[in-house]
Amino acid sequence: MRFQRVAALTNKEVKKTVREPAVLFMIFLFPVVFVLAFGASFGGLGATQPVYTVGVVNMDQANIANSTQAFMGALSDTKILSVQIYVDNQTAQNDLSQGKIQAVMIIPSAFSQSLVSYRAAPDDPSKWINATVSLYLDKGSVVATQAIPPIIQQVITAFTDKNQQPASTPISLQIASLIETKKVSAFEFMAPGMFTFASIFLIMMVAQSFTQDRENGMMKRIRTTPTTPTEFMTSQVLSYMLIALIQAIIVFAAVYLMGFKPNVEFSAYALAFTLVLIFSLSNVGFGLITATIAKTSGAATGLSFLFVLPQLFLGTFVGASLSSSAQIVSKFVPSYYVTDALTSLFLRGAAVTSPTILLDLAMVSVSCVAILAVGIILYAKYYKI
Amino acid sequence: MNKYAIIMERVVKRFEDVVALDGVSFKVARGELFGLLGPNGAGKTTTVNILCGLLKPTSGSAFVGGYNVQKESAKVKELIGVCPQETAICPYLTGAENVELFGNLYALDKNTLKARRDMLLGKMGLTQDARRRVEKYSGGMKRRLSLILALIHDPQIIFLDEPTVGMDPQSRRAVWDFMGELKKEGKTIFLTTHYIEEAEALCDRVGIIDHGRLIALDSPKELISKNEVENLEEVFIKFTGRKIREEL
Repeated sequence: MRFQRVAALTNKEVKKTVREPAVLFMIFLFPVVFVLAFGASFGGLGATQPVYTVGVVNMDQANIANSTQAFMGALSDTKILSVQIYVDNQTAQNDLSQGKIQAVMIIPSAFSQSLVSYRAAPDDPSKWINATVSLYLDKGSVVATQAIPPIIQQVITAFTDKNQQPASTPISLQIASLIETKKVSAFEFMAPGMFTFASIFLIMMVAQSFTQDRENGMMKRIRTTPTTPTEFMTSQVLSYMLIALIQAIIVFAAVYLMGFKPNVEFSAYALAFTLVLIFSLSNVGFGLITATIAKTSGAATGLSFLFVLPQLFLGTFVGASLSSSAQIVSKFVPSYYVTDALTSLFLRGAAVTSPTILLDLAMVSVSCVAILAVGIILYAKYYKI
Repeated sequence: MNKYAIIMERVVKRFEDVVALDGVSFKVARGELFGLLGPNGAGKTTTVNILCGLLKPTSGSAFVGGYNVQKESAKVKELIGVCPQETAICPYLTGAENVELFGNLYALDKNTLKARRDMLLGKMGLTQDARRRVEKYSGGMKRRLSLILALIHDPQIIFLDEPTVGMDPQSRRAVWDFMGELKKEGKTIFLTTHYIEEAEALCDRVGIIDHGRLIALDSPKELISKNEVENLEEVFIKFTGRKIREEL
C-alpha cells in the first residue's frame, strides 16, 4: 500500500467537504445549530422511566424488628423503584458511576432505633432519635435526579407513620450528590449525546460522495490507475475519521461555550474522542450500504435517513425519553453505546477502565468494524472499487 | 508480443442478452495511432473498458503492453493513461489540484509531478486557469484537463475515448496537434471517435466497428481507395447502409 495515494485521496475528500457549502453546513454547522436549538427548546423537559434501580447499603446493624427489610419492601412496593442490596458503599458507588443503577441509598446505623423512638412518642420530637438517609443519584440521568428523591421521601414519610402523613419525622433524606456538586443542567445531560448526534450525518455525506463520484465517472477513472481497492478504501475511512474528529472538536467547543465543562481527567477526553473516531467507521459503513442501494446521489440523500434516524432517535440525547421497549431496541444501534460511554465518562465520572466503559468500547468497536466490513463487501459486490 | 502494444483476440462481451462486442480481434503496433471509428453504441467504449481492465470479457482475451489485462491488470495500469468519455474530474478541486491528485495516484515524485503538471497545463492552454476550481471551467476546458490527467505520468499506451467531444474547433485542433506530438514521442495511442475527419487526419490505421463487430480495418487511405469512395463516412455507408452520425 502506497501512502502517497492514500494521502492524495484523503486530501481530495477533505477538500470536498470543506469546499462544498452544502456538505460543510450538513457536517459542521447543522449539528451545532440543531443541538443549540434543541437544547434551548426541550432541554428542560424530563421523562418518565418505569423502574429505577436503587442500590441500598444497610448500616443499621441493630435492625430492630426487621425495620430495614420492611423499609426496602416499601420501596419496592412503589413499583417504580427496584432495590438492589450492596454490602459496602464503594461497590455501590462503582455501579452508580457506571450507570448500572440510578441511585445509592445509605440506611444509617440509627435507622431502626429512630423509627422505634418515633413510634413510641409520635407527638414528642424531643424524644426522637434522629437519623439521616443519604442518597446518591446518577448525575448522568436527568430522570433519576428529578424523579427518585421525591419518591423516596414519600416512602420514608409513609413508612415512618402508616396511620397519618406526619409534618415531620426523625428520619431525613439528604441527597448527597446534589449537595456536594453543582446541579447539572438539562443541557449538560444532553451534551454527551450531541457528539454522537453530529457524527451520524457522516452517513449521508459518505453516501453522496460515493454516488457522485460514480455518477461523474471519477470512481471509474481512479480504477484505471494503479490505486488498489485497499488504498482507496483506506483513504475514504481516514478522510471521514478526520472529518469526524474536526466535527467532535467543533461540537465540543460549542457545548463548552454553552456551559458544559466536565471536571474529568485528560484520559476521559482522549477516550471520548477515540470513541467518536471508532463510531465514524460505522457511519462510513452505513454510507457505503446506502451508496450500494442508491442509484443516484439524490436517492442516496433520502435513503441515508434509513440509517440516520434510528441512530439519532435511539442512540443520542434525543433518546433521553425513550420508552422501555425502545430502550431495548436501542441496544442494537452503535450510537447508544457511544452516548452511554460519554455519559458515564463526563457526567457520572466513571473511570476509563471501568467495566461499563470497557464494555461500551468493545461494543462500539465490534459493531462499527462489522458495519464497515458489511458496507465494503456490499459496495464491492455491486460496484467495483 | 513485443511488436504489439495492444492485442484483442476474439473478444465477446455480453450484457445479459445484449451483445456489445461480438468476436472482436485486432492488433495495435507500438507507436501506432489507432482509431476505432463507429456510431454511438457500436462498442467503442466497451472495447476501451476491457482493454483498461474495467470490464471482463465474456470470452476471448486482451493484452496490453504484453500483459494479460485480466490476469495482470496491476501491471497494465502502470503502463496506460486513460481519458474516458465522460469528463471525470473533481469539480471542487482546482485544475492544478486535479492534476496533482492523479500524479500522486501514479506515485510520481514531487519534482517530476510539478514539471509535468506545468508542462501539460501550458500545452493545453490552462496555465492561467490552473488555480481556479474546475466547476467554473467551460466544457472544452474540462475536456482538455481530462486529457492532462490521462497523460500526467507519461504513459506508454494512451486510451482516448472520444477526447474531443464537445470541444470548440480551436481546442480540438490543439488536441490534435498534441496527439501528433505524442505519436512523435513514440507513444501508442488508441483513439475512439465518431468524427470522420478526426480519424482521417490523425490515425495510422482505423478500425470501423458497428453493432459490436469490427467490419473494416486498415489505414484511412487504403480503406478509401480499396472501397473506391471519397472518405471514411462513405466507407461506413458502404458497409452498413447508414451514416455514422445518424445515430447521434
